Order: sequence, then structure tokens, then C-alpha cells
Amino acid sequence: MISCIPKIKAKVFFAFLFSLVVSFGALAQGAAEQAQVSDEGVVPGAAEGAVEAANAGGLPVDDPAIVSAGNQLFKNNCAVCHSAGSDVIVGPGLAGINERRSQDWLLKWIKNSQALIQAGDAEAVAVYNEYNKQAMPSFNFKDEEIVSILTYIKSAEAEVAAVPTTVGSGEDQPAGENVGTDAIGAVGNYLDIILVVLILVLIVLIVTLLLISSVLKGYLNKNRQLDEFDNEVVNQRFDFSKIYKSKVVRSLVGLIFVVVLLDLTLGYAMGVGIQQGYQPKQPIAFSHKLHAGEHQINCNYCHTTVYESQSASIPSANICMNCHSQIKTESPEIQKIYRAIERGRPIEWVRIHNLPDLAYFNHSQHTQVGGVECETCHGPIQEMDVVYQYSPLTMGWCINCHRETPLNTEGNGYYDKLVELHEKSSRGTFTVASNGGTECARCHY
Amino acid sequence: MKNRIKYWKGIEELENTPEFQKNAQNEFPEFLPVNENGEEASSGKTKRRDFLKLLGFSMAAVSLASCEAPVRKAIPYLNKPVDVEPGVANWYASTFFKNGDYNSILVKTREGRPIKVEPNTSSSLTLGTGPRAQASLLDLYDNNRLRFPVIKGDEAEWEEVDRQIVERLANVTGKVAFVSSTIISPTTKKLIREFGSRFSNFEHVTYDANSATGLLAANGGVIPGYDFSKAKVIVSVGADFLGSWLAPVIFAKQYVETRRVNPEAPAMSRHYQFETWLSLSGANADVRVPIKPSEHSAVVAAIYQAVTGNNGGAPASAVTESPVLAAAIKELKANRGRALLVCGSNDPNVQAMVTAINDAVGAVGSTIDPAAPYYVKQGNDANMLRLIKEMNAGQVGAVFFYDANPVYHHPLTEAVVSGLAKVPLKVSFADRVEETAAFCDYVTPDHHYLESWNDYEPRKGYYSFAQPAISPIFTTRQMQDSLLTWLGTNILYYDYLKDNWRSAERGDFDSYDKFWEQLIHDGVYESQTGTIALDIVNDFEPVTPVARPVKGGPGIEAVLYEKMTIGTGEMANNPWLQELPDPISKATWGNYVCMPRDMAEEMGVTQGEVLRVTMENGKTIELPALMQPGQAKGTVSIAVGYGRKVQSMPVAYQLGENAWPLAQVVDGIILYSGNVKLEKTDALHPIAQQQTHHTVMDRLVVQESTLSQYLENPLEVTEYIKIATADGPKKPALVSLWDDYEYKDHHWGMVIDLNSCIGCGACVVSCQVENNIPVVGKAEVLNRREMHWLRIDRYYSAVEHEEGDFVAMEDPAENPSVIFQPMLCQHCNHAPCETVCPVAATMHSSDGLNQMVYNRCVGTRYCANNCPYKVRRFNWFSYANNDKFDYHMNDDLGKMVLNPDVTVRGRGVMEKCTFCVQRIQLGKLEAKRENRRPKDGEIVSACAQSCPTNAIVFGDMKDPDSKVSQLLAREHQSRAFHVLEELNTQPNVTYLTKIRNLA
Repeated sequence: MISCIPKIKAKVFFAFLFSLVVSFGALAQGAAEQAQVSDEGVVPGAAEGAVEAANAGGLPVDDPAIVSAGNQLFKNNCAVCHSAGSDVIVGPGLAGINERRSQDWLLKWIKNSQALIQAGDAEAVAVYNEYNKQAMPSFNFKDEEIVSILTYIKSAEAEVAAVPTTVGSGEDQPAGENVGTDAIGAVGNYLDIILVVLILVLIVLIVTLLLISSVLKGYLNKNRQLDEFDNEVVNQRFDFSKIYKSKVVRSLVGLIFVVVLLDLTLGYAMGVGIQQGYQPKQPIAFSHKLHAGEHQINCNYCHTTVYESQSASIPSANICMNCHSQIKTESPEIQKIYRAIERGRPIEWVRIHNLPDLAYFNHSQHTQVGGVECETCHGPIQEMDVVYQYSPLTMGWCINCHRETPLNTEGNGYYDKLVELHEKSSRGTFTVASNGGTECARCHY
Repeated sequence: MKNRIKYWKGIEELENTPEFQKNAQNEFPEFLPVNENGEEASSGKTKRRDFLKLLGFSMAAVSLASCEAPVRKAIPYLNKPVDVEPGVANWYASTFFKNGDYNSILVKTREGRPIKVEPNTSSSLTLGTGPRAQASLLDLYDNNRLRFPVIKGDEAEWEEVDRQIVERLANVTGKVAFVSSTIISPTTKKLIREFGSRFSNFEHVTYDANSATGLLAANGGVIPGYDFSKAKVIVSVGADFLGSWLAPVIFAKQYVETRRVNPEAPAMSRHYQFETWLSLSGANADVRVPIKPSEHSAVVAAIYQAVTGNNGGAPASAVTESPVLAAAIKELKANRGRALLVCGSNDPNVQAMVTAINDAVGAVGSTIDPAAPYYVKQGNDANMLRLIKEMNAGQVGAVFFYDANPVYHHPLTEAVVSGLAKVPLKVSFADRVEETAAFCDYVTPDHHYLESWNDYEPRKGYYSFAQPAISPIFTTRQMQDSLLTWLGTNILYYDYLKDNWRSAERGDFDSYDKFWEQLIHDGVYESQTGTIALDIVNDFEPVTPVARPVKGGPGIEAVLYEKMTIGTGEMANNPWLQELPDPISKATWGNYVCMPRDMAEEMGVTQGEVLRVTMENGKTIELPALMQPGQAKGTVSIAVGYGRKVQSMPVAYQLGENAWPLAQVVDGIILYSGNVKLEKTDALHPIAQQQTHHTVMDRLVVQESTLSQYLENPLEVTEYIKIATADGPKKPALVSLWDDYEYKDHHWGMVIDLNSCIGCGACVVSCQVENNIPVVGKAEVLNRREMHWLRIDRYYSAVEHEEGDFVAMEDPAENPSVIFQPMLCQHCNHAPCETVCPVAATMHSSDGLNQMVYNRCVGTRYCANNCPYKVRRFNWFSYANNDKFDYHMNDDLGKMVLNPDVTVRGRGVMEKCTFCVQRIQLGKLEAKRENRRPKDGEIVSACAQSCPTNAIVFGDMKDPDSKVSQLLAREHQSRAFHVLEELNTQPNVTYLTKIRNLA
């Protein structure tokens, strides 16, 4: 029992180190991601010029601005049903589409496929019939936007060719997404191994010493050359009653007992209401590991308001139906969604992350403005079959992050003057806290 | 130091009664036990055993509660509507209209439920909203609304109701009457006409509870297109145009345009008010003369004679000889084309004189726009009286009541009831079983206006729309849809409405659908060509401008008036409105007999003593007496709208007495005044007044000056207190114990112009809605435990203050001048509350806010004790979830009105104004999301947004271009002052000295 204190402490310490590294890793990654995204966002007219280039002959594959704009549009609009490779999701894979169809035809089709079908276009009708008469929705794109998407598809083909192992649509995610997590995992394992080895060495040492002492004792007794005094020293008998009769030992044990008791009580009391690790059973066995991990579906696809609203929002059944009207329709879990829709009764998920009413939290503040990654607070969600509460969600945890995290001020006109002022007055990092981020009324009102 | 005006908040402060002194000394009332069983009311102590039991139970509860957190559900939409994002508010343009109170509004909805009403700034008629529009939101979530149609008191299905009504309408004999209050919807009126065309004998009877028949009769069936903003001289004879007369929110906007002063244009209108009861308009007037109701016609006749030269036929009295009236007449004549006379009398002859006077002083074409009359009142008393007669004669076969409740507010209640008994088919569209609906065979409940489609034309050429902001909560049906169903059509009213607007001028829109969408989106449409005309019937008797003989006499005269909170009584079940204090008397929860102090002394009546009031027509009611400074001598006044004795209005149930029956019917019109007899009874009934609850102990808190002084030197209208130091007197801010804060990002501030504030109380309700402030009820108001974060302090002072010494004046309470001061947390930079909190639950933020942290507060109440402004409120009870406070917060339906962004406070914590920090945070976030700084005007507090006169301006004082900064720069050392500056609290709320245009 006594040994559990340092163990707990050590655990806490390691957990702290771990979370620190995770958050820094995530931050660094966040910054990198943000830079990339902002590049895309800052060039609103990136797709412009695409049409001219396309008309001039061939798609402007070399223009990274057009390709990345196309990438963004593709992810947001097309990736739900189409892959940029050759596999079929809902609609056909789009690899080689530029060769298969003329650009004019594609423009018409994407803008209004039904019109084309009704006009009796042979190619259109054929595609329509091939894919179970599943109509493709109309997209109100400008010509240059469509060209940029097509350019992106073409450039993706080239990449696939270069790296034949990666296939599929969403796999263009930056590699090493969880560098931070992995790195820490590695550090943790390494320390564990050292500890185990050290303990083994220690046991071996003790055993060896005991063996040596018993061999020596046997040898001395065998010789029978010992006088009485020596004999007493060698064959000493230990009186255990002395130990528990000793006042010092008794008071020491008593003290330790009290300290441990207090520590445990305090520990438990502080833990009241903290549901870290809370992993309730959900009405539908939805797996984030499968969707976010294996299929790499962007969090934003289902949690639609995570960049816009205080609530990330739990997807409504119609979002599930975007894919599951076609995919895995026979699965008993998916059947549950159909039943919910038929009965007109929404699915009652069990809420995992419960903040008290007195604390106000806003997702968009953190995700869009702060550039914080989902994993920073929600943990390795892409590895969770059943989601659990990864962070403690205590005020100390919030405040700590606000104290340590540098503000994501880059490119945000709101902060320009504040950064300037901060640089004049202080040499420290411009953290969330230094902009008032630990004040009461930022979260409590 | 200049000669200071002496202000007082109520008679008790003026007389310094022992009760007042006791209250003034104690921040909190002494511990008032809440005794559930009432046995040991005297001891008021908790017994040791009870204490141990409680202790044991709470320990057990705490340990149980801590073991396992409850499982909470997260329930998403099944099929999410495209434009609803959880956590993001949607706004819909709509319109609130009730008894003339017209407001063009925006409705804020969250997750599909309306949670706030704000003004629609696209409307050129209104600036803000009135208190009733703000409070109307709660009626939507009223648990006592009918949830289904009713046949003879029993629940029924719509199909069954429709079948029966259609069948009985087909066989109807005699007249079919449709009784309604004023309808300003052109399409609804068209539909009613279409409905009526099915019957051989149909009449649409419009009648208003508080009638304007006299005014309409004298002006061809419409209300003249008053434009107060063009007037230099405004004379009002008994018309409370800022509070309850016709369209107060529209008039307030126009009025205030002439009342703002600034150094570039230091001009103001002069406002004369002749009236009996101290109204909101009287309180804002420059010159106010208390007159008896019987003298109204004499005053008008005197002006009529002086201006037109014709004899008005009213005898001269003391009032007509008064020098103030002479001055008013002189100014009316001198300001030809810039003068306006309004009169609240319902006597057509008096109103005919008013019309003639306005013609003579050149008002038409300037202060009265003949091309744009108002339609907010259309009721003709004569028609209603005739219908009552016909009902009693058995000539009426069917009657429909829409927004009309004659059993409650018609003076001839008995005749209405007896008449109803003789009508075979009676249908009411009331949203609950009220007095009239109780006598009806069918109640087919109408939607709340936030569930309905409609159009409105309050003034010619100014249209607005209503659209549903929520799908119907109950199985109610809009009245128009009911009519369409009974007509046998399958058309929905929405389509009917849309179709009716096809003839409107479309402008640049290429398709009608786009135009229609724009109309609904904007909520307002202004076009003088007006092809969608409101159907106005001018069936009024022609009138002559000669005063009828007045039955004056030596007796006590009474006048009935409409409070701007409760109005005519339709919204009496609204706890927000019941708790909103009357702007003048500061009384809540009930009505009373206002009487001047000398009458009370003469009769030996003290405040709260119940009086029996007997009207000439023999009707009697019993109400407590209230001493009202400014009440005309020899008169009493009684508010209507109370005394609801129906089970469907539990909030208003038996609050006060119904004063409507005291009104008299004379020559086919309803007059709201007459002679009364007062008798004392032994009963005592306390009046829950808020006026002296948070007194400021005779310190310099509110400042005023006169226009002449302002013209002389704008830098000398405000007194700035200096503090004596060893180096001579200094500004208090220079002598400070505390370090100043440095604001880098924002510094939120507020400027309140006392010149623009009319004291209506819209801000109080707006604040209450926005911040989930509980309603505490009459008993707790009497205990001085009201929770309003923002209150409007009303101070009286003697009109003759220029003469200085008020002791020398005969009776300062006879006709005091009034000044309003909205008082809220001043967000002091050196806040006294922050330094005394033992747990740092209140502290300063880096953008100038004085933060209040509920989860840290332990309820010592030191902060409230140390607050010189008395703006902190303590939660004595858990008002939410408490059966004793049945004011919407404790039932599931009522809880839907709560703002999800604001914590519902628990028992035992302190709370106060937060400067609407939730709006500040959201505004900042929106700006950050768009990579820019917040724009001025994006972030405003609820009070500032709702103010119908823009008296409150909120913004960032760090932004040099913000309106607040510019106002502060302009008014620096002129009108800008801080309340109690000598305490060096350095508030972030600045007031601007009130300027009066004294004659």
C-alpha cells in the first residue's frame, strides 16, 4: 500500500509529461496545418485562370494554387460519393475521368446531371443506369471551379502513379498525423523497459548476496573454530518482537498510515465529478476507429458545426444516410438507423463529455480561431471503437492549457495590434492567458 | 457648489417616515423566515432536531450524488433542417401588434425556439421596442393556453369542431357578427369580408377596449398622421402618447428626435402636458399642469377659441385662466407649422375642436402628415353598443370573437352576458378560456403571433409582416386558417396572404417569388403607392367642434387609465409584465387608487388602506389607496387591466380589481372618467412598490439643467464634485488608493442620455429576458427582494427648483417634476464590491467588466453592502424549479424561453448586470472568425438594443470611432457625468445631464 503513493505520483508525473508532449506535438502540427489551410483560404481566386489554362490545352496541373483549390473543393463536395482513384464509393471512381469524358460534357453533368439525362445524352443515361439510377445532385460551381477539381483529379492520378501503394480518396492526409502521440508512446515504452531491467538486476543482486551469505555461514559453522562470541555473531537470531515493540517503528507506521489515508481521501474527493475515461455503451455500435481511422472521414463531415458553433453537433440521421443508403445496408447496426427514421424517433446517444452548466465552452473558438486539433482534447479518436472521455475536463485542465498555449494570432486581423502591444511590453510568449484567457467571465456567465 | 435640486423617490422619503429610515439603513431586509406549515410563525427558528435531520439528509444526498454522475442523453435531429445549426441563433423578422402597440421586431431563435425579441432596424417607424413586445415572448410558452379546440368546455378534435360549425353556419338565421379589436392586417380584413359575403346579414364590429372613437370620428375614421419629430411645441391634453395612447413606440421615436440636444444644434421642442394622472408623457413634459377630467374640454375649448376665434362652448374655469395655458396658446400660435396639439379625450366634440386647432396652427402638412394616417385604432363604440342591443333582442344568429373580450372590458358587461345567452352560435378565437370564451359554445384557439403568418399596416404605406418563428406548440390553428376552412376552401392562409400581395409593386425583382422572399426576409415594406390597401370603414357620426356640457361639480372625479405595463389586460398573465414596475408609481402586481396627498390627509387615509370606489353608474370596486405626487387635486385615478378572475390566468388571478366597468356609456361613446364616491373600509392591502427599495441616501446621483443655461454655456450644466486635498480641491480620480487598469484590447462602456430616456421600462424587460432573471412575485417584492439587474430610478423634484429652497415651497409633492435614471451595475474601474469579496467571486476583467462568478460565490453579501449604487441582487431562493415561484421558470414549457448562453443561478449566490458578457464574447468570436476587429454596433447589450429612443449607447471606449467614444468626447465636461464621482469608483457607465426646456 505504501509503495502505491510514489507509484501514483509517478503515474501522474508521466501522464503530465505525456500530455505536455501531446499538446506540443498537436500544437506544432496545428500550426503547420493552419498555415496550409490559410494558404488555401487566402487565395480566393486560386481557381481563376484555370479555365484559360484549360482552354489553352491540357489542365494546369503545374499550378499548385489551382490544384489545392481543387483539392479543397473535392474534399468538401465530391469525396462523399467519389474517390479520386478507381474504386466505387457511391458514384464511380474519378481516376482518368479527363480522358474518359470531354470537359464540356463534365461541366454540364456536374452543374445539372438530370438535365443532361433528360436531354437523352447517351453517355449520361448509361452512367445513370450503371449506378442504380442514383441521381447526382446539381452543384452550383463556376466553370473555373470545376476545372480546378478536374485538375486536382489529374494531379492525384500522377501521385498515385508515383506512389503505387496509396490508393483511395482520403489518403492524401498529411502523413505522421499523430507524430506527437507516437513519439510519446515510444518514450514511455523505453522508460518502462529500463525500469524492468533495473528491477531484474536488483533481484539478481539480492539473491546473489543472500546465497553468498548462506555459503559463508555454512563454511564458518563447518570449521567449528569459532569461539562463543564469534558464534553468536555468525548465528545471530533476529528477535522480531523488538521491531513491533519499538516506539519509533510504531509511530512511524501510524504516521504513514494517516498520511496515506489522507492522501487517498483527498485524491478521491478531488476526483468527484471527474469522468475521465467514461466510456458508456451507445445505442448504436458506431466505431470512430472505422470511420475516422480507417476511412479517414474528416471530423467536420459529420460534426458539421464544429468550426461554426459552440456545439460540434452530433450528426443527424440524414448525414448517416448520405453514405449508408448505399453502404452496408444489411448490417443490424445500420438497420437501427433505418428504424429510427421510419419511426420518426431520433437516436438517443449517451452524452460522454458533460460540462457543468456554469461553464461555457465554444468549439469554433478553439477549432477555427485557435486552430486546436480535435485530438488535443478528444484524444486518439481515430483509434477508439467506443469513444471515451480522454481529457479530465476539469477547470485546472482548461486553465493550464490557456496558460501554456500561444495564441493563434497569425493572419488574424483581430490580434494584429495586440501582438504588437504584447511584443513591446513583454518578452514572454503571447499565450491565451496573457490576452485575458484565464479571466472568470470568459467561460462563466 | 451651485444650488442643488432636492430629489426624492417617494412620499415616504420626502416625509422621512420611520419605515423608510429603517429600510434605508439596511441593505437587506431582516431575516424573513419562510414557514411552510405556518405553526411557529412567531419563532421563525429552526429546531436543533430539524437541523440535525437536514444535516444528515444533505450529507447523504451529497455522498450519493457524488457516487455516480447521471447518464445524460445527446439527441440530435433526425433530419436536420438546412438552416438550423445547433448553437447558432437564427433571426426572423416579425411584428408585434396589440391594442395599438405596434413594434416591428426581429425574433431570435435557438434550436427552433424563440428566445428573444429585438427591434427590426429596417423599419422607419420604430427605433426599439416597447416593454410589452419584449414580454410577449413569454406568452408563447404560457402553460395555460388552450392546447386543443373546445366544444362547450370539453376537449374536441378540429374535424369535429369544423363539421359542427360549418353545419350550424349553413343554417344560421339572423345576423352574423364578427367582433374584433382593431385589425391592421389588410389581408385579414379582406378575408373577413370574404367570409362575411357568404351571409345575407353580416357585420364586422371593431371595438377597442380603450377606445379612440372620438378621435376617429373627428378625423374621418383614421388617426391623423402625427409626426412629433417636426414639432417645436407639443401640447398634450390628457394624451399619454409616450406610454399608452395609440402607438407609443412610434411616437416615442418621433418625440425623442426633438428632445436630444448637442452643442451643434442646441434646440429642443417644448412639451406642455395638461393631465389628471401623472403619466409617462407628463413625467417627460417640460411644463405639466394637473387638471380634472372635467376640465379637459375647457382647456381644449380655450385653445380653440384663442386660435380659431370660434367659441368652443365650454365655461371658463380656474384652469382656463392659468398663465401656463396662456403661454401654451401663445407658443402654439407663434410656431405656426411647427406646433401640434394632441388630446386623449374620447369625446368626439372635443376631438373636433382639436382637429380644428391643428388646422389653424398649420399642423397639417408638417406635424400631421395627411397622406399617412395611422390605423392602429379603428373601433367604433356605437357599433358595439348596437350589437349588444341586437344580441339582447335576439336578432343575432352567430357571433365570433377575435382578440376581443367584451365580457371583461366592456362597461356594459351584464348586457353582453345576457345578450350572449340569446345568440345560438358563439365562437371565440381566444388562446385560453377567458371571460368571454367561457360563454362561447366553441373555442377555436388561435396561434400565438410568433406561430402565425400575417401582414400589418399600422400607418398608411408602412407595411410589415409576421412569419412563424416556431412551429405551433399546441394543436391550435390560426384564426385566418379557421375562416378559410369554414369557407370550404383548401387554401392555407399563407397562400392566401402570398396571393394577396401579388398586386404589390415589385420594383426590380424579376420574379414574384423572389420579391415575396425579400418581403418576408426584411419584414417591412414601405411604399406610398399602396396597392394593398387596408379596408377602412368610416361609419362614424359627423361631429361639431362644440364642447358638450360637462357634469363637473364639487365631488371627486375619477379617471381610468391604461398602464404601459399591463395595458388593457390581455397580457395580464405575463409575469414579466406584472413584475415590471409602473414607471411612475413603481408599483407592481396589482392596481390601486392613486390620490393626491392632501386628499389622503383630508380623508385620513394612509397608503395601502382599502377604499370603496362607487361610480355614478353604481358600479363599485375596492382597491388600496396610493398617494401619488402630481395627481390633480380632487381626483383619483385607477388603472385598468387587472382583476382577471379566470382560472386560465393564474398569474393574474385576483390581482387587483377590474376597473373597466367603471367606464360610462354616454351618447354612444365610452368615457373613461366620471364622478365617484370614496369610502374607507377597515381592510389594509399592501402595495408592492419598488420605489425606495434601493435608496441612494440623498447623494448627488442625477443631474439636470435647463436649455437656457445650456445655450448660455454648455460647460456649466453639470456639477463636478471636487475633493479637498492639501493642494486644494482636486478631481476625485486624481486622489486614488488604487492602481489603474491598463486596457489593451477592449474597454466596454455605456452612455445613458437622460434627455432621451422616457422611463418606459423596455430595457428592464429586455434585460430580464436576455439574462434569465427570475420573477419573484408580489410577496418577495414586498420583502424588497426583486431581482431586476436594471432598474429605472424615478426621482421627483419640485418644479420650482429655480427658486431653490424647497422648504419654503408649499407642497413639493403637488406637482413635482420627474426624472428617470436607468440604474445598473456601473462596472466601476475601482469597484468597491471587488475589494470586499472574501472569495474573489467578483473581480475585474481586462476589458473593463466587473465580473461576477456564480460558481465561486459563497453568498456573504458583503459586495451588495458595499455597492454604492445598490445594483447587486441576491438569490434568496432557488427560483427555477421551485413550486412557490410559479412564474414560468419552474415548468418545462416555460423553461424554453431561457437563454441557453446564460447560467440559471442557484440559491445563495449574488448576481448583477454583466454588460451582457455573453453578447460581448460572441461578438468577439464572430470578429475573430472573420479575421477582423469587431465593428461598432455589432456588440450591444440587450438594454441598449431594445431602447425605443436610443437613450442607451453601448460600445468599445478603446475604439476612437465608436459611437460611445464620440459621445464621450463630445460631452466631456459638458453633460457627461458619473454617478457618485466623489467616491472615485470610476464607473464605465456615463450619464448625460437632462436638459429641460422650461418656459
